[in-house]
Amino acid sequence: MSTAPVLEVKNLVKHFPITSRGVLMNKQVGVVHAVDGVSFNVKKGETYGLVGESGCGKTSTARAILYLDPPTSGEIYFDGTEVGKVFKSKDREAILHLRRKMQYVYQNPYASLDPRMTVADIIMEPLIIHAHVPKEKWQDRLYELLRLVGLEDYHAERYPHEFSGGQRQRICIARALAVAPEFIIADEPVASLDVSVRAQILNLLKDLQQEFQMTYLYISHDLSTVRHICHRVAVMYLGKFVEVADTEDLFKEPLHPYTQALMSAIPIPDPDAQTRRIMLEGEVPSATNPPEGCRFRPRCIYAKDHKCVHSVFELTDVGHGHLVACSETR
Amino acid sequence: MAKELLLEIDNLKTYFYTWAGIVKAVDGVSIKINEGETLGLVGESGSGKSVTALSILGIVPKPGKTIGGRILYKGENLLEKKEADMEKIRGKEIAYIFQDPATSLNPVFNIASQLVEVIRRHQKLTKQEALEKAIELLKLVEISDPESKIWNYPHQLSGGMKQRMAVARALSCQPNLLLADEPTTALDVTIQAQILDLLKNLKQKLGMAMILITHDMGVVAGVADRITVLYAGRVCESASTRTIFYRPLHPYTKALLEAVPNLALKREKLKVIPGAIPNLIEPPSGCRFHPRCEYAKEGVCTVTVPALVELEPEHYVACVRAREIDAESTKAETK
Repeated sequence: MSTAPVLEVKNLVKHFPITSRGVLMNKQVGVVHAVDGVSFNVKKGETYGLVGESGCGKTSTARAILYLDPPTSGEIYFDGTEVGKVFKSKDREAILHLRRKMQYVYQNPYASLDPRMTVADIIMEPLIIHAHVPKEKWQDRLYELLRLVGLEDYHAERYPHEFSGGQRQRICIARALAVAPEFIIADEPVASLDVSVRAQILNLLKDLQQEFQMTYLYISHDLSTVRHICHRVAVMYLGKFVEVADTEDLFKEPLHPYTQALMSAIPIPDPDAQTRRIMLEGEVPSATNPPEGCRFRPRCIYAKDHKCVHSVFELTDVGHGHLVACSETR
Repeated sequence: MAKELLLEIDNLKTYFYTWAGIVKAVDGVSIKINEGETLGLVGESGSGKSVTALSILGIVPKPGKTIGGRILYKGENLLEKKEADMEKIRGKEIAYIFQDPATSLNPVFNIASQLVEVIRRHQKLTKQEALEKAIELLKLVEISDPESKIWNYPHQLSGGMKQRMAVARALSCQPNLLLADEPTTALDVTIQAQILDLLKNLKQKLGMAMILITHDMGVVAGVADRITVLYAGRVCESASTRTIFYRPLHPYTKALLEAVPNLALKREKLKVIPGAIPNLIEPPSGCRFHPRCEYAKEGVCTVTVPALVELEPEHYVACVRAREIDAESTKAETK
């Protein structure tokens, strides 16, 4: 693993307007603060985990990075080029060039494959769009990709409904790999799969990383798969990072109260290992109207009124690149 | 636990008659549950967990049909009961919590009327009394400010809150048996922990029995007294929770435990169960797990349908080679 960052995200903000329908025009009545000032960088060959509960802004972050939903503000650099500039330039060649480097694997393989296309059509579509490989080689590339993800040649002529969930996710991965990307965003790639099949897909992602020095942004709500696959992890809560650390450090010594609670909430498959839980009160507040000060304050067991209400805590290094955004750990 | 037997399912068969063929969703499942006990019913999607639970209440959706077996509840066979008698059991004796609270609550009625409906169906109470009881129930499931929350509609509530409402509705007539069908799958982990704790506490407080259906080994580890593992419509293994986790004898249980990423242990590579869950229209011959089993033996596992045998006291395993495999692995360990 080299140390040069492939992806740099600086102060990324993504807000979604809430509108109410008026007589002549729609009126904006509020804003969902999906992502609120997130900065991080991902090194080459690394798997960077993004963990959090539903609605915390994981997917919004990922979609903003790929410009699927243009960010409200902030800068994204990939290999030194600013992603926003490329997309705003409307230069098709440049955009495709960038897209070839960054690909996306979606959460639900039942929804992300067109049911009317054969596997061959699905995997070759990126080749047709990008046209960066000569046409004679498309067929070979197709079979190469199928074998790479553990499918057989005869699968090419079949339709998605003929496959199981695990196999479909393999097709999705093959499609993402078709343009030989350097960076893949895997958005909960195993969440909708059966437990016995999850291990197959996680191992496949690991193998591909070794073979192609692939860089991943791995999004999940499941800390146990994150521990298995990620090198570094960022924990997200209500649109902000609360803790960033190397996976081993994070699991050995989670510092932010939210990370601690999140970890203790995960049921461990061992009847004797039922540790004392830090039970979180209530639920995640609405992102339309996030709490003042520290966003985790209303549910935090350590929250102190004077301190936590009035100041917003930024991520601070507490050693070994372990970043925490909390007043109590300092 | 030397308590009285509450429910006994014996060789239950529920098939779905589809145009593509007969789907043998539940094919000879036998389960026992004692009073006040929590049974974890574990399996992957398509293993027949939910269909087993739906069969107990006789609410298997069409084209499904329970075609064989017995379901003895307090000694009476539920499969032979008339529809009118079953209606008295559903909700009162045996209650059901569905997986997704967003779809199991009716969106056009407020919580109050949904709770009052169930209460008044089984108990002779006036509307006012029923409403008071409903508010008490909401207190029981730890909802703050129940007097105003009860007038909310489901869409005004968060996922965790909705599931609490669903729990309250299930508990409204003090059932003896609660069927909780993946009650936390649709929820976030921190909310999942809250709901599991709630179910555990309520079970102790009310002394009811519970069948907890889940695919998550972590969930049952903390809650269940006994576990039954299902695979492709049949029982693989059934034993106490500790036995299942520390001394699993069926290859599928073993593989399942090893394939799950565990927060407490870090492994470089996860052990993989090859292949996928079989098609239940034409299930594999013999043992249904044999195409994915690393111990499968041609001519044995491909032919013989393994019976559920009590290999050790209170430890039932459906594997022809279980003893052999166990002997082999202990030999390998001592070496």
